[in-house]
Formats: sequence, C-alpha cells, structure tokens
Amino acid sequence: MKGLRQLIFPLAAVLAAFVAGSFLVLAVGDSPLATYELLIGSAFTWPDGIGYTLFYATPLIFTGLAVAVAFRCGLLNIGAEGQLYIASFATAWVGITFAGLPAILLVPLCCLAAVLAGGVWGGIPGVLKARFGAHEVITTIMMNFIAIALASYFTQYHYKAPGDAILETVPIGEGARIARLGKFVHGLPERIPLNLSFLLALVTCLLVYLFLWRTRWGYEIRATGASPAAAQYGGIATGRQIVLAMALSGALAGMVGINEVLGYRYRYYDSFSSGYGFTGIAVALLGRNHPVGVILASLLFGALLRGGLFVDIFTEHVSKDLVMVLQGIIILFVAAEAMFAGRFKGPFGRRIKGV
Amino acid sequence: MIELRNISKRFGEVLANDRVSFAVAPGTIHALVGENGAGKSTAMRIAYGFYSADSGDIVVEGQVRRFTSPQDAIALGIGMVHQHFMLVEPMTVAENIVLGTEPGNSLKLDVAGAVSRIRALSDELGLAIDPMARIEDLSVGQQQRVELLKALYRQARILILDEPTAVLSPQAVRDLFGILRRMREQGKTIVIVTHKLSEVLEISDEVTVMRDGKVVGNRPTAETNAAELARLMVGRDVLLRVVKPEGHPEKPVLAIRGLSLGAKNSEKRLDGVSFEVRAGEIVGIAGIEGNGQTELIDALAGLVDSGAVTGVVELEGHDVEGLSARQRRARGIAHVPEDRHRRGLLLDFDLAENSILGADDRPAVATGPWHSWLKRDAIRRRVEKILKAFDVRPPDANLPARSLSGGNQQKLILGRELEESPKLLLVAQPTRGVDIGGIEFIHRRLVEMRDAGCAVLLVSSELEEVTALSDRLLVMRQGRIVGEVDPVRATPEEIGLLMTGGNAAA
Repeated sequence: MKGLRQLIFPLAAVLAAFVAGSFLVLAVGDSPLATYELLIGSAFTWPDGIGYTLFYATPLIFTGLAVAVAFRCGLLNIGAEGQLYIASFATAWVGITFAGLPAILLVPLCCLAAVLAGGVWGGIPGVLKARFGAHEVITTIMMNFIAIALASYFTQYHYKAPGDAILETVPIGEGARIARLGKFVHGLPERIPLNLSFLLALVTCLLVYLFLWRTRWGYEIRATGASPAAAQYGGIATGRQIVLAMALSGALAGMVGINEVLGYRYRYYDSFSSGYGFTGIAVALLGRNHPVGVILASLLFGALLRGGLFVDIFTEHVSKDLVMVLQGIIILFVAAEAMFAGRFKGPFGRRIKGV
Repeated sequence: MIELRNISKRFGEVLANDRVSFAVAPGTIHALVGENGAGKSTAMRIAYGFYSADSGDIVVEGQVRRFTSPQDAIALGIGMVHQHFMLVEPMTVAENIVLGTEPGNSLKLDVAGAVSRIRALSDELGLAIDPMARIEDLSVGQQQRVELLKALYRQARILILDEPTAVLSPQAVRDLFGILRRMREQGKTIVIVTHKLSEVLEISDEVTVMRDGKVVGNRPTAETNAAELARLMVGRDVLLRVVKPEGHPEKPVLAIRGLSLGAKNSEKRLDGVSFEVRAGEIVGIAGIEGNGQTELIDALAGLVDSGAVTGVVELEGHDVEGLSARQRRARGIAHVPEDRHRRGLLLDFDLAENSILGADDRPAVATGPWHSWLKRDAIRRRVEKILKAFDVRPPDANLPARSLSGGNQQKLILGRELEESPKLLLVAQPTRGVDIGGIEFIHRRLVEMRDAGCAVLLVSSELEEVTALSDRLLVMRQGRIVGEVDPVRATPEEIGLLMTGGNAAA
C-alpha cells in the first residue's frame, strides 16, 4: 500500500514527460502517437526488444544502486562513471593477466577485481570527506577524469592488441567469460548480449535492500544520511559510515564491469560507457533511492534507449535525441515532485506545520 | 478591536479550528492558551491572513474583513511576531525592518529617514536596539525586539506574538513583559499565544483557552488561576507541582574534576568545572542559556572533540574521558538532548527505528557477527513497550517521528533512553515545547528514575523546573560553576543574581 503510493509521483512524472514530449514531436512534424508506438513497441518485442531493453537496463541498475546507497548516507556520488571505468579496466586486466585460469577461479577473481577497484575508487572521496571535509561532489568529479584517462592510457600503451585500429585491450581469457542468457532461455538468441550479470543485478538489489534496512550497518548509514547530529548522538561514527557508504557505492558502480567486460565485449573497450554513471543519478532519483524503484527506473531507461534507436531510424524527423529530452523532462518533473506532493514551503523556505 | 467569529479550518482529516470565537478588547493583553495542537497557532495564522478560514468571519474594528494574504492584515494594522524569527542575519536591523516596505523612491533608499524613525520607535519603548547593528550580532531577546519593531514600523495596532517566551531566559522574559506593558499603555492591542500558565497570569488581562480546536473557556485573568486554566487546557485535573519524596543519595556515580573545554588560546567554554552526582539524586544546573550548560552535557556524553577537553570525568570510579559516545552509552550513560529535532530524533524515520538510536549495537537489538542483523521482532516489541509505558500518542510504531507533537517526541526519547537502565541520565531542557500534561509525566518519570537509584544531571533554563526537581542545585555562568544553592530555600532572586553575576541587566 505504502509502496503503491510511492509509485504515484514517479509515474505521474513519466506520464507528464511523455505528454510534454509529444508536443516536441508535433513541433518537428511527426505524429506523437506513431512515435510513441514505435518507441515502446520496439522496446518490448520478443526476443530482440526485451533482450536489449534488459541488457541496457543492467548497467543502470548497478549505477542506480550505487547512487542510491551513497544518497542514503547523504552523499551525492557523481563519480559512478569513473568508478565503473576503473573497475572495468581492472576486470579486464585480471581477465588478461590470469587468462590461463579455469573459469571457476577466473570469473570470481574478475568479479572481485570489479568490486574492489570500484570500491577503492569510491572509497577515496569517502576518506577525503570524512577526514578533511572535502566535498564529495567535487572530488568524485575529479576522480572521474583521472579514472577515464588512466584506463585510456593503459589501454593505449600497455594492453592494446598490436595493429588494432580500435582503442581496446586484447581479449580476456576464455575462462573469464560469463554466459549469455540466450544459452538458457528458449527463443532468446545468443547474439543478444543480455547475460548472467542481469540476474546478478537483481540479486544485488535484494542484497542492498537487506543491507540497508535489515542490518545495523545499513541503519547507521541511513541515520548518518538523515541527520549526522542525531547519528553522532546515538554513538554512530559518522565518518566511518561515510567511507563505508562511498566504498560500497563505488563497488556497486564497479559491477558494471562484470556486465561490460565478462558478459558483453570480453575485453576492455575505451569510452564504452554512454554515461551510465550519470544516468544512474537519474535512475536513483526516479527510483526514490530504493532498490525496487531502481529496477523499475532502469527498465524504463533501458526501454527508452532501445526504442530510441528505432525512433531514430523509422521516423521522418524525430531523432533518438528525443529519448534524451524525455529523460531530461522526467527528471525535471521528479525533481519538482515536492510541488505535486503539496509540500509547499512558507515564506523564507520554512516548512508550514499542519496545525 | 479584533474578533474571530465561528472560525473553522480543516487540514485533511484534522479539524484544526472548530467554530472558534473570541474577541480581544482594544488596549488589552489577551492570552490564547492551549496545549500543542489545540489549534491556537492556526487561529492566529488565520487572523494574520496566513491561512484562510473554511468558514467564519474576522472582524476588525467592527467590520467583517476578508484576508487573502498577510499583506491585507498588515494593511489593517495587524502585526505578528513568529516563534521562529524571520530575519535576514547578515543584514542590519534597519535593513530588515524596511524589507518589503523600502522608503524613498525606487532608485534611492531613504536609509537615514528609516534609521531615525526606527531609533525613535526603539527609544519610545526603551528597546535599546541600534538600527545599524547586524542581526547576527544580536542576542535572541534582541532579535525578538527587532521583530516587534518591524511590526510597529508598519504601524501595527494589533500585535500577535506566537510563543514569544519559548526562546528567552527568565531575565529576557521579564524585559519582554515590561515592553509589552508599555505598548499596552500606548494603546496597542496584544494577543500572546502561549502554553505557560505562569506567564498568562502575570501578563494578560483576559485569557481564552483552546482544546482540540475548540474554545473551551474565556475568563478575565483576575478571576481565574493556574489550576483552573490547566484543567481547561488538558481536560482533567493536572498536578502542577512536582511531588517529590526525600531523596536517598548513595555513592557517587559521576565525578567531574577540573573539566575544561576550549582551545588553548581561545575563550574557554567550560572552565574548571568540578562536582559529583550520586546515585539516587537529581543535581540541577541553573543558568542563562549559553553559559556552558550545553557544552557540559555534550562533554559528558562524549559529543565534543576529545582533544579540546581537559580534566577528569569518572563514572563509578572509572575514567571515561576520551571514550566515544558509543562507549559511554555502553557504560551506562543515557542522554536526553536539548535539541530533540536535530539530535534526539531521526525525524523522517519511524518510531521503531527511532527507538533503537543509540542502542543499535546492543544484543537486545542486533544479533549475528558484530551484531549485524537487526532483530525486527525484538525491536517491534521494544518500541511497543516504550509507546505504552510512556503513553506516546498516537502509539503507532510506523509513523515518522516528525508527525508526533513535541511532548510525545520527548516521551519517546525519554522512554528510549531509560530502556537501557542507565546509571547516569543526562537531561537537558526536558520540557521545552512540551505541553502541560507531558511536563507532568516527564517530571514524574525523572523522580522515579532517581528513586530507582539512577544519578540524574538536569540542565534547564526554566528556573521553576530546575528548583522543583533538583535535590542539589548548581548555578553556571560563563562556563564555571559559580555556586550551589538549596533548591528549597533559595529565592529566584538569589539564584538570578548568581546566574547574572550580580548584573541584573545581563
């Protein structure tokens, strides 16, 4: 019941965005109805539409969770992008360096590399914040530049296949590959890159939920985010919670590397992310920083990505940029939710009490 | 002068005002009293045009008026001083006062004219406010006077004050009342919203009592008394005085020697504080707010940077200085904090999650390795027990703490802190913003804890409260303990003299 009510405003925001977007479609001279039919229809055909929608949703679930966990601790992790780059490179590095190991060892080792690299990369801004008060928004943005440049450098000068025109590493060992879902699901061709990491993402959502709401550590992270003064009063070491939350956030973002490297390209491919880390912020916002909401929002954004391709090709005027516009409007409406909810502020931003 | 006729206002399911009617005679001070949530603030906000009533009329000087915003009310000479001041801190007094009604033409601000008018208004009432002072440099009492000036500058003849004494020291309250009386002499009409009965009896000419959104009584102040007003407010007989048997103090639980706080070269916020609190006694600390009481409690609770603390703090003979807040809690120190919104509660968390704040690592609450797993059923039982034992209303563990009234929030905190059977209870301003029924309850619980052998250290800026509850009373000024008085025999004047250091104006 409570959950349903939580859904109303995000749904209203999405609906409002589609209505606003239809004017845009009209303005450039296409039919909104036909465009949306194409957008949604192409995202949910079997098997290609659904397969790709879920594949696109997978990294967004990880980054959405990452942003949500940090946000629950009162932190805005803008650095999921850098964390997933460094983690993906680390994953590929392990997959290349220990290519001879059997799958049963290599896959877990690669996954560990993704989680650890992301965790360290996220943890550093956490330490800087807890220890010196450096604002995490600034430090995570800076860490993004460092991560992306470092991964590029190592790919270019140390791990590129000789003679390869594309900036990518040599492939990881056979044993590091994880299975595509087409192998298990009847009717789903194996050419669709949807892989086991999608299931891993769902399990991770459950684990994050249990961690945040059923463990003492999650309680302390949330208490720190809700009110640092109250948390300290309750004996919670808020600095430690900040480091923990950021490391955890980074680790979750880093799990994108599992999907990207072990399940899709089987190598590190430079500049592979189409801003998953940043879209993760939108996913978390739309999903109200809750694992279930993150799944739903990721599915929506995954579907938009998939459908956008078809809109681009099969309409007269509308391009796939429509998808970006829709995403933007959705976020605007979600951010304006306080207005919908009737939580008007009084003069000077003071909240007016009911009675 | 101003009259509310059959005013009704509904917020969702709550009927905040139910046919509220009362009239305020010109040139009088009218008190509007009631418990938190009785609807008095709503009624006053309607009179000020902040809300519009669902039905009923506001009559100003014999004419029915319709307000669509506070601007309409201001135009008719109604002014309001809110409980939380609405001042721009980095700006000067004069700038704040003219804000929104800037004198001069649109290009040039007539600062000099405004300043001289404000100075004249201030001198007339003896407010002693410098129009050029910055708000952030003023004390709370002075800021309140700026709010008064702001209303007067806009030529208010009817002034509404919402809980004006909640933030003031006893001296500042006396000063404020002096100002209000002078304003009455000048013919102003004043409505004061409060829940403190002693103030009602002291300052008002007439009093209107509200309960559950309705007016339940209307009396000339001279013809009523505290007991009657309390009965009207609460709806039953209320014990206004603390009933406290003789205490039986035993061995010392808390021993402080030479406790100081503050960096080497800066002013010390605590300066060589030494005293003991024994099991089975309540030691009270009186003092004007901001004289180190907050720092003392924080230092004892482990909430200040331990590098800035010198001196010895012992709990049952063991040094606890340098221990974290959590370690101190584990050794039996509980803490009811002064600021329950910022510190005492996680306002957006439900009551169940609030009931484990400070105890989430205890075996009773968490299990598994490092006590990682929260025991949901045990927490549920724990919060139900607290809600029942401390009469928290409504007793719904799923509600956010924000939705409770101040008194119920405080009862929840007290219940939570007593759940771990503390050896030492630190209590700061336990009844601030708490209604009469709640005050009675909280006082009784504190005495019960004492009688059960707990050592209680009580800080309160309510002199009445701290003298009534304490077995021994210490007075603090400028971070020092400046004296110990017998709470039964000492007069408020003697204690006040110690609090101010003989300087009654401070």
